[in-house]
Amino acid sequence: LSTLVLAEHKDGVLQPNTLHALTAAKQLGGPVTVLVAGESTTSAAEAASKADGVAGVLTAQDPCLARSLAEPVAALLQVVQSNRKYTHVLAPSSTFGRNVLPRAAALLDVQAVADVAEVKDSSTFVRPIYAGNALATVKVLGEGPRMLTVRPTAFAAATAQGGNASAQPVSAEELQAARDAAGVSEWVAEDVRKSDRPELGQARVVISGGRALKSAENFHTYLDPLADKLGAAVGASRAAVDAGYAPNDLQAVGISGAIQHVAGMSSSKVIVAINSDADAPMFQLADYGLVGDLFQILPQLDAELAKLLK
Amino acid sequence: MAGRVLVAVKRVLDYQARVRVKPDKSGVDLTNVKMSMNPFCEIAVEEATRLKEAKLAEEVVVVSIGPKQAAETLRTAMAMGADRAVHVQTDEEVQPLAVAKLLAAVARQEQPGLVLLGKQAIDDDSNQTGQMLSALLGWPQATFASKLVLDASAGKATVTREVDGGLETLRVSLPAVVTADLRLNEPRYATLPNIMKAKKKPLATTSPQELGVDVSPRLQTLRVEEPAKRKGGVILGSAAELVDKLRNEAKVI
Repeated sequence: LSTLVLAEHKDGVLQPNTLHALTAAKQLGGPVTVLVAGESTTSAAEAASKADGVAGVLTAQDPCLARSLAEPVAALLQVVQSNRKYTHVLAPSSTFGRNVLPRAAALLDVQAVADVAEVKDSSTFVRPIYAGNALATVKVLGEGPRMLTVRPTAFAAATAQGGNASAQPVSAEELQAARDAAGVSEWVAEDVRKSDRPELGQARVVISGGRALKSAENFHTYLDPLADKLGAAVGASRAAVDAGYAPNDLQAVGISGAIQHVAGMSSSKVIVAINSDADAPMFQLADYGLVGDLFQILPQLDAELAKLLK
Repeated sequence: MAGRVLVAVKRVLDYQARVRVKPDKSGVDLTNVKMSMNPFCEIAVEEATRLKEAKLAEEVVVVSIGPKQAAETLRTAMAMGADRAVHVQTDEEVQPLAVAKLLAAVARQEQPGLVLLGKQAIDDDSNQTGQMLSALLGWPQATFASKLVLDASAGKATVTREVDGGLETLRVSLPAVVTADLRLNEPRYATLPNIMKAKKKPLATTSPQELGVDVSPRLQTLRVEEPAKRKGGVILGSAAELVDKLRNEAKVI
């Protein structure tokens, strides 16, 4: 048993989702190697080598790997796996991992398992289906590596300290495979939402607004101060996103509890619902509910939190 | 002009239908429930249709893999604007890698300049097929697309992708595989005259055997269960009480 984890990193920083994937890797039981691929890998590789439970770090450094484009990264993953024969290959189930890992899996003729939320044994995994309305336990049949994307919120983050793994580069031949696959796509631009708040996919607390907030301005006026006090990400129900109130990013304010919204949040530890309609389905789901006008309740809540933080 | 655009569509439990897990935990009950085209696939069909309307594509070919009822989904796609359809008929469960192999076989026959798919199906939520297809074809991929601009004379497509934390724009060489995210477009409704017209459009039927693809499952579903139900909570009287509970009872703040 041996596991390779494909690291996600940005601007030299190892992304927290990789630490969550490391916990899933550790549960599998074998030694864990982290693959860091990029134009510059030094600081992310250093962070990976210090993470708890990491036995080794592989680095692949080349300009063609700069933007984590699927073609070169998947080709690299394919050749590294073919040469080194890990029993498991994991990536965080982020847009990065979901973009790259299935591509590499197809190159290796492997049916990957997406969005793993629980490891039962080395070949059996639990994953949500139907937007979390059902949980499937699936067993990977046959030989070959088990390739998984891992849902970061389902596994605690591995400690970022305690490890002392050594880093070594991949072989020249392995790096060449990435170069050979590159060139068919090029990175043009990015538009990253600048926010001091945590990203929705990784936030501990999420404050989410629905259509009842009425406008984008109200999202800022009523939800942002609360989010800042709680260190929370701001999310929105589909209806609010469609109405243009909020970016599509997911607690619950002025959300009725339509099925699509509920499925994504029902695994949260604590849910608070604030809604003027006492019969809103969201109250069935919530641990704590407040019935009333959110435009009155939210400023009160903000004032109470301010008292607490003093 | 990108020439031919191939669009893959999947018939799934309607997005508004209630998901009921079978009592024997063998799967989700699909008897007597409304089935529809996967919403992300609708977006892919719409995008292909718009490319044709903008004279950026010559022909839109839609393909689906599944039982005989999948033909209805193909008719819907043709009512939305696709020109003809290929039905890979099978009653077996076909997992993403096998779907990708079947689609690759169809793509080799059809020689499209662009393949459009939904980013994932809302039943098994695998989010793999497009990536796997582009790997098998050796083509570039642009997943989670929210904007697609074809520059056929340069043989390129510029695609804006919805990624964690924002948007990313890539330029890929054609032929390429693009998977559609929610905001790529708003699909049209098929009008009655177009539904009638779609009945006369050509629909070819083939099978995994004819395409030479082994579709045996690589994953075995041991059981399907409902997620743990949350017990109803308490209705509180004030924001102060809420803050107190969150701090001293739930200990989350």
